Formats: sequence, structure tokens, C-alpha cells
Amino acid sequence: MALVLTEEQQLLRDTATQFFQERLPVANLRKLRDTRDAVGFDRDAWKEMADLGFAGIMISEKYGGTDFGPVGLGLVLEQAGRTLAASPLVSTVLLGGSAVQLAGNATQRQDILSAIAAGDHLMALALEEGPHHNPTKITTKAVAAGSSYRITGSKTFVLDGHVADQLVVVARTSGDSTDRSGITLFLVDPKTDGVKITRTLMVDSRNAANIEFDNVTVPGSAVLGSIDGGNDVLDQVLDIARIGLSAEMLGLVQQTFDVTLAYLKERKQFGKVIGSFQALQHRMAVLFAEIELCRSVVLDALSALEERRNEVPQIASLAKARLSDISTLMTNEGLQMHGGMGMTDQFDVGLYMKRARVAAASFGDSNFHRERYAALEGY
Amino acid sequence: MEALEQFRQETRTWLEENCPPSMRTPMPEEETVWGGRNATYPNPDSKLWLDRMASRGWTAPTWPKEYGGGGLSKEESRVLQQELRRIKARPALSSFGIWMLGPALLEFANEEQKKEHLPKIVRGEIRWCQGYSEPGAGSDLAGLQTKCEDKGDHYLVNGQKIWTSYADKADWIFCLVRTDPTKKHEGISFLLFDMMSPGVEARPITMISGASPFCETFFTDVKVPKKNLVGELNKGWTIAKRLLQHEREMISGMGLGGVGAGGGIGSLEQVAKDYFGETDGKIASPSLRDHITRQKMDSKAFALTMMRSAEEAKAGQGPGAASSIFKYYGTELNKRRYELLLELMGTQALGWEGDGFNDGEINVTRSWLRSKGNSIEGGTSEIQLNVVSKRVLGLPDD
Repeated sequence: MALVLTEEQQLLRDTATQFFQERLPVANLRKLRDTRDAVGFDRDAWKEMADLGFAGIMISEKYGGTDFGPVGLGLVLEQAGRTLAASPLVSTVLLGGSAVQLAGNATQRQDILSAIAAGDHLMALALEEGPHHNPTKITTKAVAAGSSYRITGSKTFVLDGHVADQLVVVARTSGDSTDRSGITLFLVDPKTDGVKITRTLMVDSRNAANIEFDNVTVPGSAVLGSIDGGNDVLDQVLDIARIGLSAEMLGLVQQTFDVTLAYLKERKQFGKVIGSFQALQHRMAVLFAEIELCRSVVLDALSALEERRNEVPQIASLAKARLSDISTLMTNEGLQMHGGMGMTDQFDVGLYMKRARVAAASFGDSNFHRERYAALEGY
Repeated sequence: MEALEQFRQETRTWLEENCPPSMRTPMPEEETVWGGRNATYPNPDSKLWLDRMASRGWTAPTWPKEYGGGGLSKEESRVLQQELRRIKARPALSSFGIWMLGPALLEFANEEQKKEHLPKIVRGEIRWCQGYSEPGAGSDLAGLQTKCEDKGDHYLVNGQKIWTSYADKADWIFCLVRTDPTKKHEGISFLLFDMMSPGVEARPITMISGASPFCETFFTDVKVPKKNLVGELNKGWTIAKRLLQHEREMISGMGLGGVGAGGGIGSLEQVAKDYFGETDGKIASPSLRDHITRQKMDSKAFALTMMRSAEEAKAGQGPGAASSIFKYYGTELNKRRYELLLELMGTQALGWEGDGFNDGEINVTRSWLRSKGNSIEGGTSEIQLNVVSKRVLGLPDD
């Protein structure tokens, strides 16, 4: 297990740290929010991220990627989490890119992966159909009509859905709504007739959309992977996203901790800094312990992906459950310890709390992942 | 690497020839080997195994050979542990001398003291106990009052210790004493003496588990030779603290479901299936099932953190900040595990003795009670959190 970083990885982390601190600080997210920016992230910054190799970090050099692997991607995401940087890393790199990498045929890989690595192609996964993550309960239907398919259904919480150049749509081609098999992935151009996209404004000021598919016709070449066999690929893609998101949440949690600790050393009441009070000290010490455990599971999950270990699903659920719970705890405690100032929009801690909840709900909250872990472990 | 592989082969061969078959079976608690002048060996193979291991210094593998140790490098020692685990060998010797006192002596004692005491620890000839806590000095350990006076050719010790583990069975004690009543931390010294000395009395204390592993220990005009002072007079606190680190490392390993955790009763999920029942392969209570998952996930995360800390130390990054949380987290985890076992087993984990309960069940009851002490002994959880707050997070005193 690689729980300690190599020199090359440390270098990448330093590059990412500098980039996000200077180019995409929290002020950037505030500006996007306050101007109701139509795109929802900074396109120029995304292009710069592609130039730094972040967009192609999971993509092999053959397609113009940097192939730094999951541990490298985790380091970038952690730093992005620290500044709440809005970017298509999750939608395009973790989800879309992984799906094409795992299931795409030679043409699809060649066309799409090199465009992602260059920062020219945005993707979105149209998966969820209700308020809770449920990758097997799919009612959106795709019906064969000659050599093409007609897709009908409604999707919600599609990350970056309103700006994507291409959608990966999870649809049912056979079986009933709760069957594990019978699911197929389709690559869909969002400009196709019958696709209706509504941007949804979420509490974390990041991008999502509801998407309606009304008899949308796609050619047979739009199928990604095998007919009815989409579930295995989807599982793998989702585990990559869960682990990547856990890395982002680690950065968010660490930053909230650091900022809160600094506040406790500065804010005075009763003539002394409030960080001298044991009631607060012990809570911070407990949080410190929980975050150290968070770091260990995220690093292990990233190396499990890198080493293609069989236990990736378990460790992905472990990481996502722990980071979802601890990010909730840390942001609640951080806000409480900031007192009234924590309730103001001027202070960042509220923004971290909002992002923490959306990230926790993405691709399964801790309840989902404990349930999944128990099932995987056979009890 | 080649030399290490050769060491592995030689070790494997030696263990195959020298570890008696009965020493490769799970160890009942009463067969634990503590050594000492009054040691008993219910299983004679235990003595054979101890002597063979001690002859190579492998009861203390990394200590220098000149003091009876194995003289192994860290890497070789790791190989030895792996090979011992591979054949499921029992520990040849359990010893506070090896876990706590020895490392402190190696760092702070003079040559004569090392030569005198270390080889006897390695061979299990002398069993040691720890004289730290007093009735008035628990968490505030440095407030200890056991008086030690300089009487020219000897020291005279008067006072009382408490929670002295196995003082009634130990041969010698390493003891913190007050040599300067006008100072606090700078008035403490580190003294070694024989428990057979006139004026020493140990009385076992019955604990909530029913066992009596701890004693009250009284000292009345105990004469101690001056050569038994370790380090300088009034500089004992430094040694005391270092020794506590070793103790905390020893205790924090308990959260991993290793020593005594569950007492061979099986995995949590198996216990739940056996004692509560299952439906279609799932534990029949969704709530218990969820509690088990929380426990398993936290145990795994904790184990990964211990591994990460070890890897960081190996990579020369020093003992990371993470290690400061081990005692706190490991013991709290272990307590939670026993509370969960009680929930899973219901009234079968609430028996005390006699008919109606098997040995494993009684062991869970008793171990549950014993586990409560984990977050008190060796520095309470609250003290550990103070240490993290002040030393790691840099938060100021109130």
C-alpha cells in the first residue's frame, strides 16, 4: 500500500496547491454565485487546468493525457476542495472520462479522451432519477427502433448538465425498474431534438441540471459499452467518482479545520483567546483524530484504484461514508466555533458547509454506503 | 535485500526446529508467560520456548547483544515477527521489562545498570512492575508524593503507590519518587528496587471484572542502594514521560481487535448471526447491522492510520502527528467494540460465572468490564486530548 507520497506526487500536489490558491480561491466561487454566471465555472481556468495536465490526469499519453493516475488525481482534487474550486473535474474527468475509458470502443476513446485532455470537451452523467442516489433503480427507457434507439425519461441532479457537450445517459433496455442487469449507457448530444435541460441552482453554488428525454433518437453508434451490460461499468465509474469526491471532501474538511483552529487562536472572550478553553480544545482534538483517519482511508482508496485491487468497492464505500459523515461533523463544529460570525455570508465557513452537504449527497451518502458495505461483506 | 532474505530462511528453519507444536496453538490466558522468580509453567513447553528464544535474545530482538538482546536491525526484527506470525507462535514472554522499562534503561541508564538488569529481563528471570500512580496523583502524575530521602549511603523510601500492575507477583519495581518537595516536575527521580526489600507490601485490589491485576503498594522505610538511581537526581520526569510513550503504544494496539478483543468469539457479523439471527443472509436487525458496519469501518480506518504512521516513520518523516491520537482512538474503539458485543449477544454476554454460559461468553463479559480501564490507564482519554490540543494543535493553556 502506498500511504506515503512519492517525490513526483509531492511536486504535483505543490503545483495544484499553488494553482487553486492563486487562480481559484473561494472568492472565485463567490463571484460566480453573485453574478449568476451562466456557465457556473471559469472556462479560462479550466483551460489552464488542462494545460497543467489536470484534465488528462487519468488519460493515457496515447490520447494526450498525463497518466498520473488516481493518486495524482486525488491530490489535485484535495487542493480543489480546499478552495471550493468550481470546475468540471468531477463531471468530465471522474465520470465522463472514466466511462469512456472503461467502456468506449477505439473510435469513442480516440475522439473523446483526447478532447477531454485538451480541455475542449465537457461531459455529464445523467443517472439519478430521484432525491436519493440509486444506480440500479432506472426507469428511463431506451427502445430499439431499427438500428437506432429512442430514449424517454427524466433525470435529476446531473452535474454540469447544462454546459456539457455530451451526456452519458443511463437507460433501461430490458428488465424492470429494479433489475441490476438490463441497463445500457448512451452517449447523447444535448442538442438532439427532445432533450430539455433545466439548470438547477443548488445550495453549494455549483452546477447541476434536470434533464427530460422525450423520445430522443440516437444512432446505434451512441451505445457506450455493451447492451444491457452497463451496470458493471457504471459501478466502476461511480466508485472512481466516490473516491475522487472523497479526496475533494478531505481538502474541504482539512481547510475548515485549519481555518477554525486559526480562529480559536485569535478570537478573544473573557479576556483570553477562546482556544484556551478545554471545552473547545477537546472537540478540536477529536476532530483532528477523525481527520487523520479520513486521510488514511482516502489515500488507501486512491492506491486501491491505482493497484486495481479487488476490494475497490468496499474501500470506496468506506471512504465515501467516512468523508460524508466527518465533513458534516467538521462543518457543523466549525460553524458553531465561529459563533455568530459563522452565520454570516461574509465568513467562508458557511460556504464549506453548503458544499459539504452536496458532496455528501452525491453518489451515495453515508447511509447508502454503510448498507452497501454490509452487503459486499456478506452480512 | 539478499541478506534479509537469507535471514528469513534461517529464521524460518530455526523456528521450525525450535518452536514446540503446543506453542503454535491459541494461548489460554492462564498460560501467559510473565517469567520472574516465582514463575509457574502450567504447560512445560512454555518454559522450553522461553529459554530457546531467550538464548538467541529474541524475546527482545532489537536490543544490543551485549545486554542479552537479539541485536537485530528493525528490518530483521520485522522479518522475525512475520515468521512468528506465520507459524502462529505464542509470545515467548510477556513483560513490562521488555515493553516499558528496557527501552528506557537503554536510553537513560548507566553501563553497570544495563549489564545488571537487561539480560535478566531478556531471559525472563526478573519480573518488573511499574510504580507510577498514587492515590493523590493520577492524571496529575507529577504531583506524586512518595518520599525518597538521601541517607548518605542509601535512599529511604516512604509512601504509597496504586494501580501497580501485578505488584504482588513482581520481583522488582521501577518507581517514581519525590526527591525535592519544593519543586514539581524537577523534583522527581527514577528509582529501581527489589520488592523483597523490608518495608514493601503489595495488596491486590478487586476490580469490577472480578480480577485483581492491580495492587496498592505501600513503602515503609524501604532502604534502596544509591546505585539504583537511574539518570540524575531530580531528572526522573524525562525518563517517566519516555516510558509512558512506550506504554501508550502498547495499549493503543487494542482497538484493532487483536489481543483479547472478543476473546476468540468470532467476527462481529458472525456473532450477530449466531446470537440474533439472519434473514436471507443478512443480520436480522437493520440497526445492529448498521452498528456493526460503523464499528468495522472505523476499525479499518484506524488500522490504516497505524500503517500510514509506520510507513511515514520508515520513510524518515518522523512519527507523524497522527501517532498522538493512537492511545485515545484505539482505546475508545475497543470500548465501543465491547459495548457492541453486549448488544449483539444480549443476556448471554451478561453472565458472571457457572452454568448457562460458555467460556467465550464469560470472557466477553469480563473483558467488557476490563476494557473500561483502557481509556483511564496510561493517561486518560482526556489527558490524551489535552496533549493533542497543546502539543499538536498549539492551543494555549486556560
